[in-house]
Amino acid sequence: MTRAWQLAFLLALAAPVASAQEALRPYVVTGDAIQRSLTGRPGDAARGRAIVANRSAGLCLLCHSGPIPEERFQGTLAPSLAGAGSRWSEGQLRLRIVDGARLNPDTIMPAYYRITGLQRVARPFAGKTVLTAEQVEDVVAWLATLKE
Amino acid sequence: MKAARAALGLVSLFAATWAVAQGTLETRRSGYQDMGAALRQMQDDDTANPGMLFVQLGAAAWDKPAGASGKSCADCHGAASGMKGVAARYPAIPPGADKPVDLGGRINLCRTGRQQAEPWPAEHRDLLALEALVALQSRGEPIAPPADPRLAPFRERGAEIYRRRQGQLNLSCAICHDDNAGKQLAGVVIPQAHPTGYPIYRLEWQALGSLQRRLRNCLVGVRADAWPLDAMEYVELETYLMDRARGMKIESPAVRP
Repeated sequence: MTRAWQLAFLLALAAPVASAQEALRPYVVTGDAIQRSLTGRPGDAARGRAIVANRSAGLCLLCHSGPIPEERFQGTLAPSLAGAGSRWSEGQLRLRIVDGARLNPDTIMPAYYRITGLQRVARPFAGKTVLTAEQVEDVVAWLATLKE
Repeated sequence: MKAARAALGLVSLFAATWAVAQGTLETRRSGYQDMGAALRQMQDDDTANPGMLFVQLGAAAWDKPAGASGKSCADCHGAASGMKGVAARYPAIPPGADKPVDLGGRINLCRTGRQQAEPWPAEHRDLLALEALVALQSRGEPIAPPADPRLAPFRERGAEIYRRRQGQLNLSCAICHDDNAGKQLAGVVIPQAHPTGYPIYRLEWQALGSLQRRLRNCLVGVRADAWPLDAMEYVELETYLMDRARGMKIESPAVRP
């Protein structure tokens, strides 16, 4: 358990691998979804799975559990990712990752593709999104495969 | 069977009501209660608790003259056992000052003012060791912040910081340590953030460390800018946290994962 924590913090410190300084891609919210891919292309589900499993990139498993059995220490703060592709469309998943606060201002889920409305961001992360547009699409693609 | 169950229900209802009436229905939990048996045992056994090694270092420092005054802590304070209850009431506003200091800050005031020595930098081993020695004298004592009305604005600012979202991950202390305490962040139970055992020996650090260091860990975790080491924000947060933990027992030096 301690090792998991250590790893999480060390990785968080060492590697803003996911962040990018590229200009944010514009998107349109329709209802509770972003229908169109941020990049105009479909994501890669295998890469998406790796991002979700990576504790310094996706950070997903800090709070969520999910069907990634090789990752032993998973969170219980948020719903399991299992079945996410049955519960939500790709567009709905996309908005929930990009900026879930648009649907629930009290959500504890970080906005993975927003740089405004944040306070006291550490310098290495300032002006950067948690995931790039490509990474968001990869994660969407993987979550969409999780059918129950 | 039915009657037995009804009787059992009545008994537990009575027990709960009685507990509330006695004010003993304690929902606050020390991080100690969330640890496994092995770690609790490590903390409880003074011969296994690594924090006790620092207490020994602290005891040596207590008697050692320092600075231009050539005075030791013992020269003014006598035996360290006389410091019982002190750690339980910090942060406090020292005489002649207008803002609170934490226990380490108070020790450094003695260093510079009485001993005429250089203050220790944050997380210096000797400073932590003296803190551990002083805090040990309060082990088992209830946390008892002073009834000093001048502390109120500092405590309120601490509460405000505690509830403010910050960092790239946009989380507040309260989101994890109030709203989601007891759940697991990556397999580790989130504690309720009661500072009952500082300085703590944290296995993740392989070292004794201060509450300030622990707070900085969380700031890094949410990808927020950590305040400078001498920032008042840490003292304000501690003032708030110690007030929330009022009445809980001091465990210093505690062991934490």
